[in-house]
Amino acid sequence: MNLEAIESEIEANVPGCRLVLIANPSPSGQHSLLLDAGHAMAVAIYLRDAASLRFDFCSNVTGIDWPAKELSEKVKVKKLVDGVEQEVEEVRKTTTPGSLEVVYHLFSIEKKLGPLVLRMSTGDRDANVHLPSLTPVWRSAELQEREIFDLFGVVFDGHPDLRRLLMWDEFQDHPMRRDYVDPDDYEYEPTAHDEVLRRANQHLSEGGGR
Amino acid sequence: MITVAGPTAQSELDPLSETSKEQLLEIAMGPQHPSTHGVFRMNVVLDGEHVVRLKPVFGYLHRNHEKIAESETYLGSMPYTDRLDYMCPITNNWAYALAVEKLAGIQVPERAEYLRVIVGELTRLQNHACLIGFLMQDMGASGTPLMYAFREREKILDLFESLTGARMMCNYMRFGGCRADLPAGWLDRAKIVVAGFPGFLDEYEQLLVGNEILMDRTQEVGVLSRQLAVSAGISGPMARASGVDYDIRKVDHYSIYDRFAFRVPLGSHGDVYDRFMVRLLEMRESVGILEQAMRDIPAGPIVDPKTKIRGFRPKPGEAYGRIESPKGELGFYLISDGSPNPYRYRVRPPSLINLTVLEDLCVGRNVADVVAILGSIDIVLGEVDR
Repeated sequence: MNLEAIESEIEANVPGCRLVLIANPSPSGQHSLLLDAGHAMAVAIYLRDAASLRFDFCSNVTGIDWPAKELSEKVKVKKLVDGVEQEVEEVRKTTTPGSLEVVYHLFSIEKKLGPLVLRMSTGDRDANVHLPSLTPVWRSAELQEREIFDLFGVVFDGHPDLRRLLMWDEFQDHPMRRDYVDPDDYEYEPTAHDEVLRRANQHLSEGGGR
Repeated sequence: MITVAGPTAQSELDPLSETSKEQLLEIAMGPQHPSTHGVFRMNVVLDGEHVVRLKPVFGYLHRNHEKIAESETYLGSMPYTDRLDYMCPITNNWAYALAVEKLAGIQVPERAEYLRVIVGELTRLQNHACLIGFLMQDMGASGTPLMYAFREREKILDLFESLTGARMMCNYMRFGGCRADLPAGWLDRAKIVVAGFPGFLDEYEQLLVGNEILMDRTQEVGVLSRQLAVSAGISGPMARASGVDYDIRKVDHYSIYDRFAFRVPLGSHGDVYDRFMVRLLEMRESVGILEQAMRDIPAGPIVDPKTKIRGFRPKPGEAYGRIESPKGELGFYLISDGSPNPYRYRVRPPSLINLTVLEDLCVGRNVADVVAILGSIDIVLGEVDR
């Protein structure tokens, strides 16, 4: 079953849903469908339950970070230089906003179909990092979405237990983002000792040490 | 809408009355525990002997393999994939090579495919034999089954050593083929090892299959339903023990597996005993594949001569390649932006995803069963935490 047929079948059966087919120029030929976040849940349930598709096995879930890109192009502009009109080269900069993308690889165990590649994108990643969680549809996304939350910082709305998976709970940043910088004090972790030290210092400053 | 029981949320975890709370005991099993197969920790809440709640804690071996691979060339990550599931380095190489070959459209010569199947199935033999040994060890069969398995594994690792130069960190695959051809006499030695393997399996089965203690400890323990197995993305022998007829060697026909006659053993109960039996039967099938592959292996080149080793830059695009590794579905997802490094490099770790259902299997069982259930899932922490 080719992807165009799946796309039109979904659009016919999930009202209001708009899909974008994203072509993959690689020889692998694994093209993908971009979902809009609002209908992702309905599409996922349809893909899982539709008798002709039965994509019941969500194999792989992963994130991709696309940082904001600054494109600079040289443009020739006519300008008055010292009263004479001349052609001058100027650099014009355009920025495309970055986004966080989540990719799902689906297979059908019953129909032996797949992979069907679904994508969701947050849009501007500085303004919005929320996407709907598909864990209620495919349980296999549970740990993998937690990993994406941990390493990319995508917040999955509707995930039953969204906590960090691999980094420790107190860790602040998201290491798989392209602009991640290692902290200077990488080994630093707040310990119970810090609290003891703070109280001891407070005690001393209040004159308790005399 | 939700047909399968979801995981318990942290907020839902405390409906217990104050009096019963006082009797609960929260213990941390691991990360330094002999039965957790590495640095794996479970926060277990017990009511007497019974597990009320179990939360796995990951990340003790996390080194962000994916990030490191993204700053490395494509081939530069190949030896690093050995360190994912260090019990089966060669199948890790294979999955990665397969994904890159899909990404760049590389063909693999026939002899290299046969070599891949031979070393891949040898890897499966030693992984399953050792896993069963570890499982028995965890359940108190101190030493004997594990040592029997290690005796066989030693023979296979000797073969790997003479072929690749390393017993465990083999780094054997290349894009479009394999790194080294068989040394003189290797195939004859391998044939002797494979011919002796059914004898070991007979001995192993005689020792274990009908053992009353083993049956008591494993039957009806950690039952995984077929429905939950599919929904939770469980793959490999664990899924097949629950009756999911899904073997990627049969479904994807990757490499040359459609040339060999072999069957896919399926369980019906989905308990620890079925997982153990499915692996035992799979080893017999692997022996059959090995015999066919070693009989039919043709002469020829072992790597596609057109593949560029240096300056390898696939065209922009993406690919997901997966194989049936001994642990389950091992996949690699790669995105190329045309540069020498992958833009995105993702490992789909079967060990981690098979752990999704650990809490479902353990709740209501005794503490001692947790050890058996975890042992039957077959995890390697190098792959779980990456």
